[in-house]
Amino acid sequence: MSSLIQILSISWFNLRTLPERKAAALTAAIGIAGVVGVLVGVLAIAQGFKRAMTVSGAPDVAVVLRSGADSELTSGLDREAARTISDAPGILRDGSAAVTSAELFVIINLPKRTTGTDANVPLRGVEAGAFQVRGNIELVAGRRFEAGKNEVIVGTGAARSFSGLDLGKEIKMGQVTWNIVGIFTANGGIAESEIWADAAVLQPAYNRSDSFQSVYAKLASEVSFTEFKDALTTDPKLNVKVQKQSDFYAEQSTAVTTFITTLGVFIASLMALGALFGALNTMYSAVAGRTREISTLRALGFGSGPVVISVLVESIMISIIGGALGAGAAYFLFDGYRASTMNWQTFSQVTFAFRVTPILLGQAILFATALGLIGGLFPAYRAARMPIASGLRES
Amino acid sequence: MKFLPLVWAGLKRKRLRTILTLLSIFIAFILFAFLGAIKEAFLGGVTMAGQDRLITRHRVSLIQTLPESYTNRIKSLPGVAAICGQTWFGGIYQEPSNFFPTFPVEPESFLGMFPEYILKEAEKKAWLATRTGAVVGRTTADRFKWKIGDRIPIKSPIWGEPAGQSQWEFEIVGIFDGAKKAADLSGFFFRYDYFEEARQQNKSQIGWFTVRIADPQRAPQIAAQIDEDFANSPYETKTEPEGAFAAGFASQVGDIASIVTAVVGAVFFTILLVAGNTMAQSVRERTEELGVLKAMGFPNGLVLVLVLSESCFIAMLGGLGGLAVAWLIISAGNPVPSLLPVFYLPPQSLMSGALLAVALGIIAGVLPAWQAMQVRIAEALRRGG
Repeated sequence: MSSLIQILSISWFNLRTLPERKAAALTAAIGIAGVVGVLVGVLAIAQGFKRAMTVSGAPDVAVVLRSGADSELTSGLDREAARTISDAPGILRDGSAAVTSAELFVIINLPKRTTGTDANVPLRGVEAGAFQVRGNIELVAGRRFEAGKNEVIVGTGAARSFSGLDLGKEIKMGQVTWNIVGIFTANGGIAESEIWADAAVLQPAYNRSDSFQSVYAKLASEVSFTEFKDALTTDPKLNVKVQKQSDFYAEQSTAVTTFITTLGVFIASLMALGALFGALNTMYSAVAGRTREISTLRALGFGSGPVVISVLVESIMISIIGGALGAGAAYFLFDGYRASTMNWQTFSQVTFAFRVTPILLGQAILFATALGLIGGLFPAYRAARMPIASGLRES
Repeated sequence: MKFLPLVWAGLKRKRLRTILTLLSIFIAFILFAFLGAIKEAFLGGVTMAGQDRLITRHRVSLIQTLPESYTNRIKSLPGVAAICGQTWFGGIYQEPSNFFPTFPVEPESFLGMFPEYILKEAEKKAWLATRTGAVVGRTTADRFKWKIGDRIPIKSPIWGEPAGQSQWEFEIVGIFDGAKKAADLSGFFFRYDYFEEARQQNKSQIGWFTVRIADPQRAPQIAAQIDEDFANSPYETKTEPEGAFAAGFASQVGDIASIVTAVVGAVFFTILLVAGNTMAQSVRERTEELGVLKAMGFPNGLVLVLVLSESCFIAMLGGLGGLAVAWLIISAGNPVPSLLPVFYLPPQSLMSGALLAVALGIIAGVLPAWQAMQVRIAEALRRGG
């Protein structure tokens, strides 16, 4: 008999008798399901956050901040600088006007809907060009704010997370009252966490009559970035830092994603160890329970290799079932789940949806397989080394 | 006591299984302890909040500043005992990733306001005598290996450069420790008078105030009075107890912390479920043996105690062992001071962990033992067949 046929027949035989050991197998599978579910869940948070930050970053949009600033919050540009930036080469032009937006970025306190405690909500003052620069802003209710009026539009994420951000309502910030006239989406991006107003109206309200914090510019094409950047950084009147929007947002999200991933991987590895002991236990009892069976097979001429593989197949099978259960549960529980957290780099709230991506699911199954392999290895080795004569005698 | 060997024999019966079960419980409880420490790190500010302290800040947001003149106006209000202004400096040491909280403060009012920071008398004197002096918490000092006397260059994206110099530079004159474990020792504090003189923008502005009140019972009234005092001015305030402020801040990180906690909690119980099931199974397998004991005249109660002591032994050894090892690891030091400024295991976590271990032992043992006791002797003996 070729060993391949041996492997197939013993493995098949094992799997068919699995229902008889279903309590033990189920226990191991549940343990693995729990671990895989958590791993997927935690990584889905990081994925979701990352996506919210990166989906906003177009490679053909440039962000200009004051040199040395690490976020819009700490940046400052005067009107003169903003004008010089808009006149730089490399920017897309709509007729004769450059497609740019000089913006203000401030924070206001609004209570969270879930807890009622204050949260730092980003409020952005934009120029008319902002919509064309971003290219993905769509009003889902109401209309855009009118220039010169105390009107704001609110991203769907912010509207969902913070009290009082409903269409038609008013919000009071300091001495100024603003009307909410529209709700917008931004393809799931970071702008959905923000409130937008006309920069020209926001400036006096924040005693920043003549300054901005950033300039967003739509480039003529991706390759004109270098031309744009060089023109600004070599200008002796300017002291600025120029980044592609994609790089800018990637940089702004590193702290939170690193934090979540580090925490997630640490917790998951500890849990994996816990689940591994469970799986080992199950497989050892499975092998011990079948001592006589295995010895009989060996006596009939089955080699030890096929026996080893058959035990491994069973263990991996249990793990994959557990892993699939856990990953599936994580998918149904977490995919699209809405949450918000503090992005320390902007000191403000980011609302985002958890994302259980196919890659994440694939990794989860791989992880489960690895657990199964390790969990089956030692018991398989024991099965193969079992002395036939005494094994047959065992009850 | 004389039945101890019997319990021991039961444990040795399937040695490998006992060890593996022990190990998985061990891991589960290490996880439990770490979870307690991480949760405490998120909520540390709430634990440390003083009953008699209020926070007054700009009503619109924390990033907006208040006039320095508010210091005396608030101090003169009835019921206010002391005040300390703080400002977010946003300091960076060498690399943007080397981040820790930095604030200019007035040394005397600062040390008086926060008795949880313990600074040696000599170091306090040095701080009062050194204009560019700074004191730093033990966590951050250890993180960058700073010693007293070191001159530390700090960059601030918010405040730019100081007047007449290319960068901010401070001399470390003191390293403070915490009066309690929950104290956040990552802060870096330098003198406000030097800051005020050297900053080139937003002069005479302060970030927020910590206000000590004479009678904690009157916190709501005094908070309301402070806010009323500044109502309809260009700088309206929002005042709340320090605990409420810290809790609000923690809930901004909020969702993620609570989700991680919930999810890990679920896994902790999954691991326990699996381990408990294995323990229960090993009792079930021995129904026949228990029948023999009963046939020999062991009373039901004694059989139950024997089985329970076996399962409790595994649960407690694994559980308490896990908690102890986690405690050792956590006490050895904070592995990630940049991520979690406060890192210690709160005693109540240890307590609830120990209780859980006992509960696990009883629950895993009692059901199968009870079932075994209900079985009639003859039937139990026949079962092994």
